[in-house]
Amino acid sequence: MTDVAATMSEIRERGYAHPEVLVSTDWVAEHLNDPNLRIIESNEDPLIYPWGHVPGAVQVDWAADLNDPVRRDYLQRTAFEELMSRIGVSNDTTVVFYGDKNNWWACYAFWVFQLFGHTHARVMDGGRVKWEKEGRPLTREVTTPARSKYRARERDDTKIRAFRDEVLRHLKGHLPLVDVRSPQEFTGERTHMPEYPQEGVLRGGHIPGAQNVPWGKAVRLEDGSFKAADALRQIYEKEAGLRPTDEIVTYCRIGERSSHTWFVLTYLLGYPRVRNYDGSWTEWGNSVGLPIERP
Amino acid sequence: MTERTTPTLGEATRREAPDIPAPLAALVAEFEGLARAQRMEQLIAWADEFVGVPAEVARAPHPESARAARCESEAYVFAVDNPDGTLAFHFAVGSLHALSAKAWAVILARTCSGQPLEQVANVPEETIYRVFGRELSMGKEQGLAGMLDLVKHAARSRLAARRVSRALEPN
Repeated sequence: MTDVAATMSEIRERGYAHPEVLVSTDWVAEHLNDPNLRIIESNEDPLIYPWGHVPGAVQVDWAADLNDPVRRDYLQRTAFEELMSRIGVSNDTTVVFYGDKNNWWACYAFWVFQLFGHTHARVMDGGRVKWEKEGRPLTREVTTPARSKYRARERDDTKIRAFRDEVLRHLKGHLPLVDVRSPQEFTGERTHMPEYPQEGVLRGGHIPGAQNVPWGKAVRLEDGSFKAADALRQIYEKEAGLRPTDEIVTYCRIGERSSHTWFVLTYLLGYPRVRNYDGSWTEWGNSVGLPIERP
Repeated sequence: MTERTTPTLGEATRREAPDIPAPLAALVAEFEGLARAQRMEQLIAWADEFVGVPAEVARAPHPESARAARCESEAYVFAVDNPDGTLAFHFAVGSLHALSAKAWAVILARTCSGQPLEQVANVPEETIYRVFGRELSMGKEQGLAGMLDLVKHAARSRLAARRVSRALEPN
């Protein structure tokens, strides 16, 4: 396996609990031809990868590749094995995710990969924004790696994924919930704008007891990279009152922004009991009878 | 890699009397015959043609009233009255990676500008899926729909103003 930590001195200096999960754009540029590595781009906008991507990168589309095509759920083991084979990933291949939106979808894909236990996984700090700002090369040539053999375990939804009824018990137990949406979504203001009723959700507001810590607080505005651990602790511990030993649930609208915060809390701050509620507000705000808090 | 082609509006014609602007109807018909990869290439070609709103129409910072709701790419829509009573549409897009928003902006500007307001006001949200494909995520579709909403709202408001003017005209 590639020794990530040895080349990551600047990232190590930020004081993360698990600095090995991050790689820099410099490091990726030096490892474009590493046969033990697969660079994976995951975006919200399906046009971005064909428009230009890191040379050698493959695309994993959150909707087409990671979601079940019929019901609202993630792919099952055999489909995950097929995906990994198609993108040329073996069980010992290290995957490096990056993408648009400050790595929302990169973290989301990373999170789904962890449901299947593929721990040889990294995120490129700063994502596409940083890569492009540094003037690094992009190509429109679609990468088609040789198929690999991959054996996955069954998907484990018990440790890092939260379901609706579990969240209901969580709030009744007064355990911390982190709503990472914008303040307007948190208050419910955004779903009530006149003339724009189609928000994909029937009720606005937030899960009772949730704290609003928008995902973007964790990144530096100038290049999209993650803030240092001290700054993150200021946000999540001093301002939001979380404790590293807390059992925490993060959520947003469909689980992508909250997977970004899940990544921050789990790997950068080292909290061991954080789960992402991927049903998020599109499930909670549409469910009959669930409690909702609004100012 | 697929060779990129120049985007066209197709054989737009008014003979079929579509209930949406004829250039848009023609473009939708072209897109519906494309495989996904070709569709992506075409949309990228449209996005590459994006130019921001002319300074004589609007300058940043743009007002919230012009901002497309639910569009995370910070898209703004501006409608300028043409002498013939139609509208010319212009767009600003704030996000670096807003390729879909840019493609949609170019498509709307070229297929709805100068077209009958009744038809512009009648463009269904479904058109977005017919152009971008069914695999479009809900969030992305909502952002593009926010842009379309403002285009349609501009057309509707002009039509409403005309109705008021007619009602106030002396018999």
